Amino acid sequence: MLDIVSLKKYYATQRAVDDISFRVPKGAIFGLLGPNGAGKSSLLRMITGITMPDSGSILLDGEAFQLDKHSRDIGYMPEERGLYKRMKVEDQAMYLAQLKGLTRQEAATKLNAWFKKLEMDSWRNKKVEDLSKGMSQKLQFVITVLHEPKLLILDEPFSGLDPVNSAIIKEEIHALSARGTTIIFSTHRMEQVEEICKEIVLMNQGRLILEGDVMEVKKRFRQNKYHLEIDGELPEHPHLHCLRAGVYEAQFASQDEADEIIRYCLQNKIRISNYHEVLPSLHDIFIQWVEGKGGAVRSFENPIH
Amino acid sequence: MHKIWIIIQREYLSRVIKKSFLVTTFLIPIAMVGITSTMMYMATRSEQRENIAVMDESGVFVDKLDTTSDAYTIKYIATSTESNDSILVKNDCDLLLHIYPFKHGTPDRFYLYKEGGVSLNTKQFISTQLDEIYRIKLMQEAGIDKSKIDSIDQSNIELTCYDIKNNQETHTEISTLVGYATGFLIYLVILIYGMGVMRGVSEEKTNRIAEVIISSVRPFQLMMGKIIGIALVGLTQFTLWLVLTGLLHVFLPLFIPGLGLHSSLPIDQSTLTQTTNPNSEMVSFLQTLFAQDWMLIGACFLFYFLGGYFIYAAMFAAIGSLVNEDPQEAQQMTFPVTMPIIVAFFIMMSATRDPNSGLAIFGSMFPLTSPIVMMARIPYGIPSWQIVLSMLLLILGFVILTWLSAKIYRTGILMYGKKPSWKEVFRWLRQG
Repeated sequence: MLDIVSLKKYYATQRAVDDISFRVPKGAIFGLLGPNGAGKSSLLRMITGITMPDSGSILLDGEAFQLDKHSRDIGYMPEERGLYKRMKVEDQAMYLAQLKGLTRQEAATKLNAWFKKLEMDSWRNKKVEDLSKGMSQKLQFVITVLHEPKLLILDEPFSGLDPVNSAIIKEEIHALSARGTTIIFSTHRMEQVEEICKEIVLMNQGRLILEGDVMEVKKRFRQNKYHLEIDGELPEHPHLHCLRAGVYEAQFASQDEADEIIRYCLQNKIRISNYHEVLPSLHDIFIQWVEGKGGAVRSFENPIH
Repeated sequence: MHKIWIIIQREYLSRVIKKSFLVTTFLIPIAMVGITSTMMYMATRSEQRENIAVMDESGVFVDKLDTTSDAYTIKYIATSTESNDSILVKNDCDLLLHIYPFKHGTPDRFYLYKEGGVSLNTKQFISTQLDEIYRIKLMQEAGIDKSKIDSIDQSNIELTCYDIKNNQETHTEISTLVGYATGFLIYLVILIYGMGVMRGVSEEKTNRIAEVIISSVRPFQLMMGKIIGIALVGLTQFTLWLVLTGLLHVFLPLFIPGLGLHSSLPIDQSTLTQTTNPNSEMVSFLQTLFAQDWMLIGACFLFYFLGGYFIYAAMFAAIGSLVNEDPQEAQQMTFPVTMPIIVAFFIMMSATRDPNSGLAIFGSMFPLTSPIVMMARIPYGIPSWQIVLSMLLLILGFVILTWLSAKIYRTGILMYGKKPSWKEVFRWLRQG
């Protein structure tokens, strides 16, 4: 669907995007991760045709991206949300849809459907400045998807949304993906990505540091950490850490050592009610990676766990 | 192209349906007509009569001052040693003209007393007459008899200015008037609508809507859509002003008779009153007014109106893309753009007086000043090659400045946070 080939964008003071390549398969919900200032927004602005790369290419279905030709294929919700404050909700949506190339008729039909679905019908004649923050976020989302883009780019789509609206938007994202829309989801909140995305790339300081399937990435960084809940007690063990009665966390040196505990439980007829591998969070992986490389993060906002 | 059209529509409609547009469009002509007719009314009606007591110790001026004026009553009084105040009260007068005895046959001192200040009109009324009366006295003393003096006074040399190229009489007053008025209008248009473009752009930037739109259309399309849309708003408003002012001038006197609106042209009063036959002067004035090449003036006005707006609009858009929320910042940043407009205005003022000076010719060629300055020169009749060259330069200037402004605009509109320095802005110009 989307191929990014050694894309570069240098500004006077920094390398915003420094030789990045990856591929986003059709229909994927693809996570673009990285702390603030990693270069995500710069990258997205190039993919949406807002800025031109210094070098490299962007291919959409194998074709070089051109704004005039492909603007209808792309829906972009920037991190900095923007709407005309004094324009009415309906006029605004109609205007932006027409700029995407929809006719008035098409735009009106689609708008009606979305407004109905997200229960926004009563807002039509309100001015944007009279909407609450959550409401205008919802409107922004509708505007972004109204023209049914093939590629949907959402930059921090959940920032400023309450849990109810977050859930609605999340549901819509999944529904769009199921219908074949490719979605790039950019955020610095790594825990959100684990819930929603299947594949990710992780950026830092303009460079791509990790990419792949979320589970695979996590497994790649597995630390043989396990969570164990049993009815009973285990003998003291250097790698076993008792959280409370019957609940343990174990950090083993190898898989064999983990198996040994299970065997011990089975032999001693200790009932296991819960046993699973604790995979590192993407956040942990990121930190580990940065520490491992001795690198620095431009500015890092600690996500809330 | 289609997308620019959508943008133009929005920019146009969103402004035209605003209350403030309707208010300014309808109130300004009403206010203009109101002010001019009130001024006319005041000038013709409400002048208060002033009583002037004349205490002439010289005896030269007794019974010689003009008593036909509607505005003044003259009352000659005997010499008195009372205080000025009590003389005024006693004679029920507002002013006291005290003429001291002549010394060795020449005038000595003349005093005009009034409670509070003496108005300029009154001062002129008295002093021109004193001059005139004394002049006649001197001439009579020199042996010229009264009838000769009268015939000398009747003489009036009228200088008719003639344009040998177009073979018609020219009226310098009208040329100045038309040049000044059209130049001033273009000056206003550039400032008002140019600022409108700037505010629109900076609103889009601070609202962050620019980024959403630029993922659908090119920055240049957005910028030009806005500029053209606002140009149409300007043309609409302007046409409405013309039509409304015209209608008011025609219809208002029907409802409120006596509002001498038809004579509201700001003609220098002296040109009319000093002539022996004001009617024939008025006729020739109107003749030349209509004989003006209105087609040329109208066409040039439209061209420079749009040209002036367009050459500045792109620059105002670029400035708008640089400013953030802070309005003070905007003021600082607009200075380099408003500066040439103000300079052009001053050149225009001097060009109405001397349309062929070096400064006026330069000003009417240089693209940043020509829209305002050229209009002041055209009513005087200038070589057509100058108009053509000026227009070509304006178009060229517009293309270059819009191209440069677009470069600033497309980077500026996406820059959030701190205000970029001019150094950075120049770097954007060099890039790409």
